[in-house]
Amino acid sequence: MHRVYLDNNATTPLLPEVFEAMRPYFFERFGNASSIHQQGQQARAAVDQAREQVAELLNCRPAEIVFTSGGTEGDNLALFGLMKPGDHVITSAVEHHAVLNACKRLEEMGCAVTYLPVDGRALVDPDDVRRALRPETKLISIILANNETGVLQPIREIAKIAAEADVYFHTDAVQAAGKVPLDVKEIGCDLLTLTGHKMHGPIGAGALYVRKGTLLQPLLYGGRHERSRRAGTENLPGIVGLGKAAEIAREGFSDGSVERMAALRDLLERGIVESVEQIGVNSGDAPRVPNTTNIYFDCIEGEAMVIALDLKGLSVSTGAACSSGAIEPSHVLTAMGLSADRARASIRFSLGKQNTADDVEFALSLVPEVVTRLREISPVWKGAVSRQPSALS
Amino acid sequence: MPNSKTIAVAMSGGVDSSTVAAMLCEQGHKVVGLTMQLWNQRRLAGHQGMPDEPVQGRCCSLDDVYDARRVSETLGIPYYVVNQEERFEQDVVRPFVQEYLSGRTPIPCSLCNNHLKFDQLLITARQIGAELLATGHYARNEFDERTGRWVLKRPADRAKDQTYFLFGLTQEQLSRTLFPLGEMRKPEVREEAKRAGLRLFSKPDSQEICFVPGGDYKMFLDAYLEEQGEEVLDTAGELVTTSGEVVGTHNGIHNFTVGQRKGLGVATGSPLYVLEIRGDKRQVVVGRGDELYSRTLRAKRLNWIAVDDLREPMRAQAKIRHRHEAAEAVVEESGEDEVLVTFDAPQRAITPGQAVVFYDGDVVVGGGWIT
Repeated sequence: MHRVYLDNNATTPLLPEVFEAMRPYFFERFGNASSIHQQGQQARAAVDQAREQVAELLNCRPAEIVFTSGGTEGDNLALFGLMKPGDHVITSAVEHHAVLNACKRLEEMGCAVTYLPVDGRALVDPDDVRRALRPETKLISIILANNETGVLQPIREIAKIAAEADVYFHTDAVQAAGKVPLDVKEIGCDLLTLTGHKMHGPIGAGALYVRKGTLLQPLLYGGRHERSRRAGTENLPGIVGLGKAAEIAREGFSDGSVERMAALRDLLERGIVESVEQIGVNSGDAPRVPNTTNIYFDCIEGEAMVIALDLKGLSVSTGAACSSGAIEPSHVLTAMGLSADRARASIRFSLGKQNTADDVEFALSLVPEVVTRLREISPVWKGAVSRQPSALS
Repeated sequence: MPNSKTIAVAMSGGVDSSTVAAMLCEQGHKVVGLTMQLWNQRRLAGHQGMPDEPVQGRCCSLDDVYDARRVSETLGIPYYVVNQEERFEQDVVRPFVQEYLSGRTPIPCSLCNNHLKFDQLLITARQIGAELLATGHYARNEFDERTGRWVLKRPADRAKDQTYFLFGLTQEQLSRTLFPLGEMRKPEVREEAKRAGLRLFSKPDSQEICFVPGGDYKMFLDAYLEEQGEEVLDTAGELVTTSGEVVGTHNGIHNFTVGQRKGLGVATGSPLYVLEIRGDKRQVVVGRGDELYSRTLRAKRLNWIAVDDLREPMRAQAKIRHRHEAAEAVVEESGEDEVLVTFDAPQRAITPGQAVVFYDGDVVVGGGWIT
């Protein structure tokens, strides 16, 4: 069956050139980067080079990069590494669970957490950040690009507020990497989380930018890897792949591949909006990353739509990959004011650099037909199907 | 394959539904596995006497979803878990709790069949492009050319007969449902599972109510009401005899079921049984074993399958609980959506809240809820 993958916010396919860069480090160039001998030195050189590649993507020093296992670890390292009982952290209602649930744990440990609301476009109001500041505020953590809607938060303003208040600022940029330029100096953040597999790199390799002079308590104790900020033998092939993916991500802003992805996303969004009635783009009027569109289809069970499309060869999702099988409607969509029904009727389409105009055309050939069928059979669409009397009625 | 269809299979992670999926694959159909996530087994952990850890090996446990998923992977079919926890709580769990608190003895499996499996899941199946839904129930259904109606019939394996729980199916639902195990016996099903390479061929059958750990429904009621922040209803009251004599007190009507002998806390010469529960007066009526027998019952909220309506008094075999041998009776209309059932011989422990299902030999004529 012909298959098209439009769920790149869940994970992206590895680029062949990234795999080619990684391949020797599984075989002839294996090594422990801490070893003295030649294999060790070769491995160290590869890790150093990857660190420079990631630093270049973020416009920071290589020493400010801590390699991690991915986005969740990066977020956790930033939060648990800085916060101590009694400290206060400001975050938002639309964070990824890697931040939200870490904050819940911080509360159990005696920290205070403020979860800022968002407006109807899912945007945090910087004035709310300012108002939430307390003398004991240690950290502000706001997601850069939302994984479900693609919305870009006003992080430069928030970073400025943090700097003025002498508070650390962390941003989860996992979904932004490769889609919008990331310059930590221009953003003004102290910590920034990245992961490889959302930018056509490998799963299991990520990085946390930690501004020089920021003292972090490690999560993992062991050897003195990563300047004692993250113990554990370096994931050599993964780190090499992350470095290569970062290099390609940076090139994407000048070689036209990001613009091409943006044009395809717009084509898809416009195509759906023009061909299906009673729908809307969530956060359509907010600044967004160029690969994501999140659309509600009234009177549709998003779960059924994902399955129906999957069986026809199109991979999309109802929201965060971690939410499938969960009953709660997306916390991001409900936080921006969508009703539970509408949140459950929302579908996320997210493109990657591998997608083509044919892929978009394929999606547009399926979506209207599937929506029509789902609505025809839906009990809530124009009262089509009568329900049985309830047992107690 | 010329007659290949897209068929959704309701997969519970048990041997029966797994074998159905394997058989339909072998017949060349395009099979899609669906599991309904109905109840979070961890939800009441730690409440009122419930175990801290979820009990495994039951519906919606992670183990069962794992088993269903592994079977699908073995068969190479797409498999999805669809979440119906909200509907399940609204249409099955809450009525279950309310029935007990009103002094009746509910059957959640019938409610689940009517409201979830053959309603919501069938809708999902059709929405994803499967016109038919197959289940692992032991039952048969076929179209009767003579009457122009779909009929539900007892299965070949009478010991596994599940038609009692299926009396609520509508014509539309029956027309879109497949019961591939209807002609098979359980040992044959296990044999078929083994032949298909399913490692769970020897998995034990599940018996209990899926959301009630260890079958202790009283503990479940307490834990659920506590979780809901609802006052655990005080339904304590008197134990009375049929002549109205008060012989003791009880700790709540929901702790009793008609026919129950143990746990009455009254010492008399002869054994006492629960004869009736008067929800409005919170009274539990007790008496001798022979007083448990009755010749008549009334049933409401009827569903007719083999006929479109009851036009005149009908002779049938009526079954009043899952493990009851259907007994000869006359069924006649006694009001709006209500029938009077008169048995030839008195029946033991007719229990309000249970279903009565009418059979004509193997054919399910219809049924209703005992009032």
